[in-house]
Amino acid sequence: MTEILHALGRTGIGAFESLGRSALLFLYTWRGMGEVLTRPRLVLQQVYATGVLSLVIISVSGLFVGMVLGLQGYNTLVGFGAEEQLGVMVALSLVRELGPVVSALLFAGRAGSALTAEIGLMKATEQLAAMEMMAVDPLHRVIAPRLLGGIIALPLLASIFNTVGVWGGWLVGVGLLGVHDGSYWAHIETTVDLRDDVVNGLIKSVVFGVAVTWIAVFEGYDTVPTSEGISRSTTRTVVHASLAILALDFLLTALMFD
Amino acid sequence: MSKAVDRNSPALSAREAAVRIQGVTFRRGERVIFEDVDVHIPRGKVTAIMGPSGCGKTTLLGVIGGSVRPEAGSVDVLGHSLVGLSRAGLMRVRRSIGMLFQSGALFTDLSVFDNVAFPLREHTRLPEELIRDLVLMKLEAVGLRGAHTLMPSQLSGGMGRRVALARAIALDPTIMLYDEPFTGQDPISMGVLLRLIRLLNDVLGLTTVVVSHDIHETASIADYIYLLDRGHVAACGTPEELRQGSAWARQFMNAEPDGPVPFHYGGPSIAADLLGLAEA
Ligand SMILES: Nc1ncnc2c1ncn2[C@@H]1O[C@H](COP(=O)(O)OP(=O)(O)OP(=O)(O)O)[C@@H](O)[C@H]1O
Ligand SMILES: [Mg+2]
Repeated sequence: MTEILHALGRTGIGAFESLGRSALLFLYTWRGMGEVLTRPRLVLQQVYATGVLSLVIISVSGLFVGMVLGLQGYNTLVGFGAEEQLGVMVALSLVRELGPVVSALLFAGRAGSALTAEIGLMKATEQLAAMEMMAVDPLHRVIAPRLLGGIIALPLLASIFNTVGVWGGWLVGVGLLGVHDGSYWAHIETTVDLRDDVVNGLIKSVVFGVAVTWIAVFEGYDTVPTSEGISRSTTRTVVHASLAILALDFLLTALMFD
Repeated sequence: MSKAVDRNSPALSAREAAVRIQGVTFRRGERVIFEDVDVHIPRGKVTAIMGPSGCGKTTLLGVIGGSVRPEAGSVDVLGHSLVGLSRAGLMRVRRSIGMLFQSGALFTDLSVFDNVAFPLREHTRLPEELIRDLVLMKLEAVGLRGAHTLMPSQLSGGMGRRVALARAIALDPTIMLYDEPFTGQDPISMGVLLRLIRLLNDVLGLTTVVVSHDIHETASIADYIYLLDRGHVAACGTPEELRQGSAWARQFMNAEPDGPVPFHYGGPSIAADLLGLAEA
């Protein structure tokens, strides 16, 4: 019994300790952001690396999610004779919820895990230690550009996801099921609000981008520098990031669309 | 147990010593790595650190570089105390330290050229043509100018370490720390490296610390040698002094298999381990 309590206590303390360490990492990293902004090429490289890594999976998923929305939405709406509202339904579902959430989940699995493995391997092969010995702070030179790059890349990817998704819905609704082409787009244009829908969706993406990339770089930087340690950190990145995305989504939705 | 037989540490003054480590104690978990260790590295000289594998040589370089923070004692590098130094202060001290890692630690996503150029680009605002000349000069010194377009994954272990050396000297440091520079070098490049280390030290007026297992080679260029053993400085002195010193130092310097230097990592006796008596 006491053993269980001990184990529970240890796990709890361990969790709080790593929370503290990740907060410190975040703080130190942000302090280096000024320096990073004077070298935008480092950030662009990371936007390119994480963005391009995830581009295919994001576009293909966006297409399928949009097509499914088109199909399901049509079946529901046609019962009320409101199938010309299909575009609005697809667009709102994507822009407000599915776009930010699904693209963030995919981003965590694709780019987040790669980020953790990359940084973890740099640590295991003493590249980070060597950098420190050259009086270059790896938090500023390695971590900061990756954090910023991820935060920039995810909203871009989510926008691509949404665009492709709306087009996928059109493909099914207009192309296959015979919804009127003009009203599909017209209703989107009149109903989807820039401030309430698009901007809020983008804010979600930015928040998810911060969460996913922060978790990914922290797990990499904090890894036990062995092959086993890196594999565990990579898994943890995907699990923790996914949970964080879903929890944050609930919070943000409650705040934004009440 | 008095292991400090030859302990005639030269107790250098702040001006004579580039690095002064005094009364340093360091533990990893339960295991004591250093206990009340004094090491003084004389300015402008080549000092070798030797000792059995796992005795803490790499850790000692970490203490000098500020990546290992001792529990007790003082560490002075070039007149700056590392104890309680801020991160920014530490970074300033490190600019005058070059370190060659045991593993090389090249940046795997950068080419050989960019690896050597890295410290120059980070710390100077030199124009690209000048950086190019400097990098090629440093690579020439380690005999790898022809390899500057390769990626680290295309290098052999020994070549990688030489590139890492070129990178470490790129900013012309005041102190050079070498962790096992000779592992994986063929006899010719080993000879070149030995001469290079000595030459860099004398021509550029550096202070050099070499960790190595190659006793004869290292002793041939070292002005001063520290022998570490089980958390203590077992012996120190010039190579000549050590060859005539205690049984321990003699055994180590002459690489004899039998003698007071143990080959085994500490633990229960083999009989106890094999018979399952260890837990008892
Ligand atoms: N990260 C670590 N965690 C725990 N113990 C460590 C760690 N790194 C080193 N040690 C221990 O510290 C001791 C000293 O290690 P160090 O790397 O300094 O040895 P060394 O003298 O450089 O050995 P070698 O000649 O084999 O390179 C070793 O006994 C090792 O078990
Ligand atoms: Mg070592």
